[in-house]
Amino acid sequence: MSTPVTTPDQDSVRQEVRSWLEANWDADTPLIAWRNKLVDSGWGMPEWPEAWHGRGYSAELVRVVEQEFGRVGAVTGAKAGIRLLAAATLLEHGTDAHKRTWLRRIITGEDTWCQLFSEPGSGSDLAGATTRADLRGDEWIINGQKVWTTSAHHANWGLLLARTDWDAPKHKGLTFFVINMHQPGVVVQPLRQMNGHASFNQVFITDAVVPREYQVGQVGNGWAVAMTTLAHERRRADGLRSGSSDVDRGSLRRGRIHAEEDAENLTVLAPYTWYPQRAGRTDLALPQAVAGGRIADPVVRQELARLLAMSSTAEWTARRARAAQQAGKPQGPEGSLGKLVASHVARQAQKVHTLIADGDSMLAGADSPLQGIIAEILLSVPAVSIAGGTDEIQRNIIAERVLDMPKEPRFDDGPFRDIPRN
Amino acid sequence: MSGTVTFVHTQEQTLFRDSLRRFLDATSPTTRVRQVMESESGFDADLWKRMGDELALPGIGIAETDGGAGFGWTEVCIAMEEFGRTLCPSPFMASSVLSMAALSTMAPATGAALLSSIASGTHHCALAAQELHGQWDFADWQCTAIEKDGTFRLDGVKHLVVDGAQAQTLLVVARRADQPTLALFEVETSTAGVDRRPLKVIDPTRRLAQVTLKGAQGRLLGTTGKDNAGLERTLDLASIALANEMVGGMGRLFADTLAYTRLRVQFGRNIASFQAIKHRMAELLIQVELARSAAYYAASAADAGLNNLSYLASLAKSLASDAYLLAAQEAIQLHGGIGFTWDNDTHLWFKRAKSSEVFLGTPAWHRERMIRALERSGANT
Repeated sequence: MSTPVTTPDQDSVRQEVRSWLEANWDADTPLIAWRNKLVDSGWGMPEWPEAWHGRGYSAELVRVVEQEFGRVGAVTGAKAGIRLLAAATLLEHGTDAHKRTWLRRIITGEDTWCQLFSEPGSGSDLAGATTRADLRGDEWIINGQKVWTTSAHHANWGLLLARTDWDAPKHKGLTFFVINMHQPGVVVQPLRQMNGHASFNQVFITDAVVPREYQVGQVGNGWAVAMTTLAHERRRADGLRSGSSDVDRGSLRRGRIHAEEDAENLTVLAPYTWYPQRAGRTDLALPQAVAGGRIADPVVRQELARLLAMSSTAEWTARRARAAQQAGKPQGPEGSLGKLVASHVARQAQKVHTLIADGDSMLAGADSPLQGIIAEILLSVPAVSIAGGTDEIQRNIIAERVLDMPKEPRFDDGPFRDIPRN
Repeated sequence: MSGTVTFVHTQEQTLFRDSLRRFLDATSPTTRVRQVMESESGFDADLWKRMGDELALPGIGIAETDGGAGFGWTEVCIAMEEFGRTLCPSPFMASSVLSMAALSTMAPATGAALLSSIASGTHHCALAAQELHGQWDFADWQCTAIEKDGTFRLDGVKHLVVDGAQAQTLLVVARRADQPTLALFEVETSTAGVDRRPLKVIDPTRRLAQVTLKGAQGRLLGTTGKDNAGLERTLDLASIALANEMVGGMGRLFADTLAYTRLRVQFGRNIASFQAIKHRMAELLIQVELARSAAYYAASAADAGLNNLSYLASLAKSLASDAYLLAAQEAIQLHGGIGFTWDNDTHLWFKRAKSSEVFLGTPAWHRERMIRALERSGANT
């Protein structure tokens, strides 16, 4: 991202955004019209470069803008779902034509996106994708199957990783595309999970067409492009884990535009309603233990204390990493542990909730404590150590990148067509 | 006293750590630790004097008005972490942490002379608080102090007294017949009626004694106050310091074990390249870093004057106990047979880990104390 020649300070940014909002914010503006204003002014995505609807602001300045928007209840650019990962990928690897085609409608929320990376045969080993792209004239013809695709059922566009060269080694034969999801060759089916939700989809792709100009990056360079997407996904997940949840400013959210935004969120955020339960809901443990009197049980007390200690120190460890970064100190190991620690916290939380709910842990739905929330915790936690990189992969990453331990010998560096696979 | 918790050490604190680390690395390699731990006194008096002369270490946390360096608990904890890293035996824990914490919380005025003598590095004090039964459950403590003709006579048995056999002065917690709360007394070890028996210990770098008082003369220094606030705070500060010492030890074990897995070759590969080893190290790193976060946070909270210090101290102590023991067990396991030998240094830290696990209260006892603190405050986390 570009850096402006002179970096404005927080006070002048606060003044500027405040007076802009005073002049422009109106809760009765139609949602898309308002967001087009955000695109034109650069206030929608202030962290984006100035050339592309942004202002090139640092994280600190972006926070100032967010605070001012929050203060008056102003609607921001659309941020939920996969769209910001798409934008980050296009900003880094896309052509100007790509950026013109897609970035504006990402901010306005007119387009939604999905990520077509995982396949039934390649999960942790994402680079083992076997969905194929074959060039026919000026079009890529796509065939294969993708899975775990959040939002595929309403997305207009998909970020697609497909194999274009079967003789190259695994990581070298992939190419990155943007695919139009609304075409006959793309069939989306919901995938029902063990907790009853169907947040993900399977996507069956048969002779689907991608125009050659929707290729992102060079042929054979798809893995590097996909890594950009994944890096942003990880950064976003870390941000969510460090827990800056939006305050619900109910009294400020009464305009017509808010009703439109709520309707949009209902669709876009629907797959994520169980995500807090997946993380274990540490926040409910003490109140539940006190409410039901289980706090008197010495085993509950021990396990609750373990949970609270783990959960607090996870937060402090993340803050230690941020503080060291801000102080310009060399990066320690503390910044790379969040994902794995979150798995430990979630598992301990489900253990504590089970101890507290006692026999009622067998119940679901309205019969389960907190109208089914406890049951949903117990049935959702197993996902946390798989989604977004399994605990096993996280341990490899910590060992190899943080502790600099040597990699295991590999058996998949020859031509891809000769590699054993599912 | 109030402020906010910080998440990164200042440049001054980092420099202090670096200079202490250089000093201890130079003066206290494990070859030296092994000599000192087998000596009669259990510490190197000349080295302790140098720590006073060159680093002002004995009074690092003691106020300047009492002759100390006037730094905060964070600096005390940085020193503890470095001591834990090297296992250098010294009077620091007994005098500059336990005794200093007890005096500064329960006898800030009457204890000024003692604080000043601790700061000078010439005086070795030991806190005699815990008894045969119960851990730091003050209500169970039985030692009595009877006033007669203007002096106090103390009777009772104090257990697990750090440096109890080496110290010149004991700070004894005892119960006055006419008072409901416990009080702190100064007892000179040369006094009649003081019997000190050095205890056989699994960790020879931390000496413990049992002290039997039979009509020993004592001077009243102060009382613990309402709800034993003085003793609670003493325990908080001591537990936080101990947690930081444990973090130093586990960090050292982790680094040494990581280095060993890179060197050791089996089946034609460095064992560090096996996933089974890598995953254990990654998991251990998490426990070490979480314990470190807790220990640092609690130290900073003590300086910031946070009012939930007991909760934070017990959180830090319980996490550090579990993580240190895990690190020690993993260190031996990943060193293989060599890790179980006397000549390999790993057991030095294993013994400190085992000893520290229960010193000042077991991890389970501290987890219970966390929940009690939550219930008292009526607050959420």
